Amino acid sequence: MAQIFPRWTNQAPTLILVGTLVLGGGGTFGMYWWASPYNTDVGYKPVQPIEYSHKLHAGELGVDCRYCHSYAERSAFAGVPPTATCMNCHTQVKKDSQKLKKLRESWADGKGDKPIEWVRIHKLPDFAFFNHSAHLGVGVGENRAAVGCETCHGRIDTMDVVKQVQPLSMSWCLECHSNPAPNLRPVEQVTAMGWTGDLAWRDKAQHIAGTLNPPGSLSAAQKVLPDGKLATYSTAGCNGCHR
Amino acid sequence: MATANPTTLPDDPKLRGDVVLDEQTGGREPLVRGDYTFHDITERVLAVNEKPIAQTPSPFKFGIALAAAGFAMFGGYVGYLIWEGPGIWGNNTPVAWAWDIVNFVFWVGIGHAGTLISAILYLFRQKWRTSINRYAEAMTIFAVLAAGSCVVLHTGRVWMDYYLFPIPNQMGLWPNFRSPLEWDVFAVNTYLTVSLLFWFTGLVPDFATLRDRATVKWRRLFYGILSLGWRGSMRHWVTYEKAYQILAGFSAPLVLSVHTIVSFDFAVSQLPGWHTTIFPPYFVAGAIFSGFAMVLTLMIPAREWLGLKDLVTVKHIENMNKIILVTGSMVGYAYGMEFFVAAYSGNQYEGFTFINRAGGPYWWAYWIMMTCNVITPQLFWFKKFRTNVKLTFVLSIFVNIGMWFERFVITVTSLHRDALVSSWDYFVPVTEVLFLTGTFGLFFFLFLLFIRFFPVMAMSEVKGVMPQANPHWEGYQHGQHGHGASGAVPAGAVAQKDL
Repeated sequence: MAQIFPRWTNQAPTLILVGTLVLGGGGTFGMYWWASPYNTDVGYKPVQPIEYSHKLHAGELGVDCRYCHSYAERSAFAGVPPTATCMNCHTQVKKDSQKLKKLRESWADGKGDKPIEWVRIHKLPDFAFFNHSAHLGVGVGENRAAVGCETCHGRIDTMDVVKQVQPLSMSWCLECHSNPAPNLRPVEQVTAMGWTGDLAWRDKAQHIAGTLNPPGSLSAAQKVLPDGKLATYSTAGCNGCHR
Repeated sequence: MATANPTTLPDDPKLRGDVVLDEQTGGREPLVRGDYTFHDITERVLAVNEKPIAQTPSPFKFGIALAAAGFAMFGGYVGYLIWEGPGIWGNNTPVAWAWDIVNFVFWVGIGHAGTLISAILYLFRQKWRTSINRYAEAMTIFAVLAAGSCVVLHTGRVWMDYYLFPIPNQMGLWPNFRSPLEWDVFAVNTYLTVSLLFWFTGLVPDFATLRDRATVKWRRLFYGILSLGWRGSMRHWVTYEKAYQILAGFSAPLVLSVHTIVSFDFAVSQLPGWHTTIFPPYFVAGAIFSGFAMVLTLMIPAREWLGLKDLVTVKHIENMNKIILVTGSMVGYAYGMEFFVAAYSGNQYEGFTFINRAGGPYWWAYWIMMTCNVITPQLFWFKKFRTNVKLTFVLSIFVNIGMWFERFVITVTSLHRDALVSSWDYFVPVTEVLFLTGTFGLFFFLFLLFIRFFPVMAMSEVKGVMPQANPHWEGYQHGQHGHGASGAVPAGAVAQKDL
């Protein structure tokens, strides 16, 4: 009887098996890698209406972050400064610069009621609630600590145009939430750029991290306190960030 | 060659020369009746598959049209369910699990008979499995598919079902590995994979037979692809037997593990009526019970219509009835033991749950379950009833009904009386009947396609249990010419012969 299939079909099972493994594994890895915020979001650097340079203001001139982002320690949102904040200086400094044309247009009414439309860079999905104030100072007395601006936003003092440096993905949040100590610093150093703690601080941070229980932390659900008692924390669940 | 046309054999076993008690079969009834040659078996089994499409018998056409209608209805219902969400069911607090889970457990349970027949009976050298195993394995696979569609759909947001699998993702989110529902995902998927491989491995030589006998091109190609280049050489058979044995070894623990884990869905919770350590063995017994009942429900009409009464004999049916009797009694024992434990523990919540189960608002469901699962199968103590095919058919359907109600009783009656009296409720289904009917449509559609296009019996294995396969076979006693003892034994019979 004549052969039904040509000779190359002898290879077909091997090819199908290898193909399935390569395509299946490659597809999964591809989605994991190229479709993740590490690849899609990091480096986002939109053109802003005014060529404002953080490198000049925060870096060279040394303006404190909170001078403009003044709600960071008190509210969920750090706040984008109104035109009035800019005009504190720019009524005196560089008041005729071509680069500041849009700023003067916004200030034409003397109140800045028509604000400058800055483009937002750091965005979270609607179902995730981030609170700046909760990260810029937690704990009581001796055990007070914070996460620095640069931990999430990068070296703003070196950026002419601000770009996103961290993925803001959930696993990135959880990295710190399950092990906060390496990212803690004294509250006074919140806005410091390029800050590193000494060994004494590292020990202290470890201790402070033990007293904190950020949502999603591995130690949060149940935890043995130093006195041997078992404590359960209500912030352990998903609803810390997903209300 | 056949000496008599098998289709015109007289019904009386003596007239057609059956060897009823023969030393060739060790004093037992032969597993294949009638005076067939090996070739006759091939002809008989493949008769259904080899009919041209245009000559499909009309009862079959009617059956598959009905099943296809059910399947299509299921498709529409699934669309409606995904669009509207599970709100189209009667599920609500406190009865948050109802027909969705009942149907799932029902179908998964049915699957177990296939694995038991194909793996455990194989490893225990029970030769009577040969003419029913293919059928039962197909039933297993289609039942698991029906079960799978119930769980996949009951989640509500079906597009999020991929969360069930531990896929690496940028959210750092993993399934809850401490949840028995997650263990279920792995158990059922393993079960489906192994059953599918086992079924397919057994089919390969039979596909090759179909390919070699094919007269039209599409059949040659179709069965050619499925038979994976099988040539029937001795080396192929040796590899085949090894693979089959290994897969049987894989499948055997699954008979116990899958429904054990399904029972954990309930037993690991702390709800009175669910939180019971006897659930695993009780569920496994119930699964085998319901599975064998379903095999009988499908097999009895099929052997009639496909003309396979000589290959699936009353002996096979009697053996299956014995298993139904054993597992039915085990299930009955478990029902009793649940009450005993509730009373003996002195736990008032446990006690209330069980009194409420038998005498509460759902008393009717409980007593349907008791009647169909515990009382009527006891008839099988008597050989007269065990060997009565029509009665077996009716009782097998009773068992199917009873086992569905068992899952209903466990799920719904345990939930509907909450710890807080103000939450008490009476669950009433809304559109769920269509859900259950739809899964039956899916099941029967696939099953009828299987009967039409795949060989319903493992031919080489059936040949292996015939007296002719015995090396001491003395030739056809009735003086017919045909195959002698030498060289007539198919390679597949070798393993069987040695058993």
